[in-house]
Amino acid sequence: MALSNNFFFIGLPYMALIVFLIGSIYRYRSSKFTYSSLSSQFLETRKLYWGSLPFHWGIVFLFFGHLTAFLFPRSVLLWNEVPIRLVILEITAFVFGIMTLVGLANLFYRRLSNPRVRKVSNYMDIILEILLLTQVFLGLWVAYGYRWGSSWFSIVLTPYLNSIFLLNPQADAIFVLPLVIQLHIIFAFLIIMIIPFTRLVHFLVFPLSYLWRPYQKVIWNWDRKKIRDPKTKWTIHKPTNN
Amino acid sequence: MDVRSQISMLFHLDKCIGCHTCSIACKNIWTDRKGAEYMWWNNVETKPGTGYPSKWEDQNIYKGGWKQDGTGSISLKGSGKYKGLINIFHNPYLPLLEDYYEPWTYKYLDLIESPAGDDQPTARPVSLVTGKEIDIKTGPNWDDDLSGTPEFARHDSNFKNLTSAEKEAMFQLDKMAMFYLPRICNHCLNPACVASCPSGAIYKRGEDGVVLINQQVCRAWRMCVTACPYKKSYYNWNTGKSEKCILCYPRLEAGLTPACMHSCVGRIRYLGVMLYDADKIKEAASAPEDELIDRQLDLILDPFDEEVIKNAKENGIADSTIKAAQTSPVYKFVKVWGLGLPLHPEYRTLPMLFYVPPLLPVMASLSDANNGEQAGKLDPIAKFWDRNTLYDTSTDSIWGTIEQARFPLKYMANLFGSGSEGIIKEVLKKQLAVRLHRRNVTVGDIEKDFVEKVLKDVNLTPELADDIYNMTSLAKFDERFNIPPAHREQALDMLENTGDLKGSAGFGFKEKPVRGL
Repeated sequence: MALSNNFFFIGLPYMALIVFLIGSIYRYRSSKFTYSSLSSQFLETRKLYWGSLPFHWGIVFLFFGHLTAFLFPRSVLLWNEVPIRLVILEITAFVFGIMTLVGLANLFYRRLSNPRVRKVSNYMDIILEILLLTQVFLGLWVAYGYRWGSSWFSIVLTPYLNSIFLLNPQADAIFVLPLVIQLHIIFAFLIIMIIPFTRLVHFLVFPLSYLWRPYQKVIWNWDRKKIRDPKTKWTIHKPTNN
Repeated sequence: MDVRSQISMLFHLDKCIGCHTCSIACKNIWTDRKGAEYMWWNNVETKPGTGYPSKWEDQNIYKGGWKQDGTGSISLKGSGKYKGLINIFHNPYLPLLEDYYEPWTYKYLDLIESPAGDDQPTARPVSLVTGKEIDIKTGPNWDDDLSGTPEFARHDSNFKNLTSAEKEAMFQLDKMAMFYLPRICNHCLNPACVASCPSGAIYKRGEDGVVLINQQVCRAWRMCVTACPYKKSYYNWNTGKSEKCILCYPRLEAGLTPACMHSCVGRIRYLGVMLYDADKIKEAASAPEDELIDRQLDLILDPFDEEVIKNAKENGIADSTIKAAQTSPVYKFVKVWGLGLPLHPEYRTLPMLFYVPPLLPVMASLSDANNGEQAGKLDPIAKFWDRNTLYDTSTDSIWGTIEQARFPLKYMANLFGSGSEGIIKEVLKKQLAVRLHRRNVTVGDIEKDFVEKVLKDVNLTPELADDIYNMTSLAKFDERFNIPPAHREQALDMLENTGDLKGSAGFGFKEKPVRGL
């Protein structure tokens, strides 16, 4: 038991993180062309509306929720000191969880039922969607069955995750958690592990930099002012557009 | 003054015969691929008509281009930093495959391989997306030559400000008229696609102004498809990348004309360099609607002006490019003769593809004439000619034919003049004046005083009129296309110093063969 525990909560996380890091960087460098959100809205838009919107907004909220509990556990605990605030937080998170699940289910149904979308689906899309469905379902189950997650996450999981990132894994507390929570953790790392092999890479290149770049973009193949001037030194400019 | 050069185009619509050779040339070279079957980087549509994609000009649907906001500056209509990122999960203004058409082929093998039976085998259409049999609903140029007028031409988006009587008049069977509108990417000075791309994958090349999408950086956020008011950025559903007309830049760099222009049967296309002042772009794009065309033309600089040449050289523009700008046919049409107008300037992208609006069909009346002699020559069995009438294009007032054009000027103005009839009228008058002048020269049945008065009316001299006539009717290939040398020798030098790679391993290496750690 100890062996499998160690594998799932210490070995797997490291494996997942390494595969994710190296895989994503390698894929970015070697086949940048494949980094795409692979949108299928062009082929089908109505069902996508009821899938993509709730799913994405839901999962963005959940992601940052987990991140907050991980980065600022004390603040979360402080917030949760007043019961009504705790309940508000938990209910909000649960609603977003439901939203994500419904959106994902819609997306999954759309992918299987629409012949055009099926044409642009590959097997990794299916695997990924099944994993995500399971993960969100498990998360909802945890939230409903083992309250109040936002508080005990800060006490139990934050130190565990910290220990992982500090290369001094302390997973003893995880070994005794209920199975559902354990599964939620395992699936989380599984999903992280397969990111470089799926379309999920698109969130890594989310275009936030758009917010501060100027609207228009002109690229010069080479610096013409310099090349016309015989006095400038010979230097090599690598253009950025290829 | 920030002088830059732009490879610019002019389409002479009076000469377009709607043969679609340009479209086919383009398709065979660039978009004959999976995911790109539905794309026509170059397409020719019949006007009046809804075009491709359907109703692309209706920006209430597609939200393309720029709009002036309250402060006098401009912002993107349907995308931009905030709208674009908010709508990134689902873009409400994205045109769908149905708005273009579902590409298809036929099961040709069924014609040969069907077992013997009572019926003739047929080749049924199958979708090129799903591979399943489909019922074809529409296709490219479904409304070619005004076919399906009730469904298509009547839903044209350019009837703004036309009274319903004027609209009706356009569709009376004996008065119906049409013209062709070939369209490619305009390679705008203020491109909305570039501004809308969240990843920054789209850019304008500094050297020649060609607008390109970097396929390595495109992430399928699809905002360019919405932002381009001309709908000339297309989403490849197979690769998950957007694509657009590249103005055949590999051909341009090699000194060849773009395929669509090279193949143009009607010789309607002209291509050449224009110098422009990049400092004034924003100002020109945010001008009030009635000044848009003038301000855009003001951007284009006189390549003979000493000051301009000096600034151009300082900006690193090659002498050969300046020379090309001086001999550019597009510059002559647009700036010297004032015949070229941008398509839908009100989208505020400052398109650098100009059109000479069509003068045809000219109004004419049937006047009496004695055709007895003619009729006598006709074979009585094959044909007969019982009317003694003549197709007469002369009118009492000089510009009467333009006033009574079959296309209401308002319609043309909505296409090429951002609603201003005056600009269109001026261009059409000039064309008619050239025609009258040439009629006087070649046939001589028009009074000389009359022609002189006509030319004076539109500020043309007989010499200028002859120039226009020559460039319009007689210009040879090299006169129509004036491509500046791309100076690839310099470009290549800067891309990579070939000396660096001497002694290296050849093809097949992703990385440079550098000794590892």
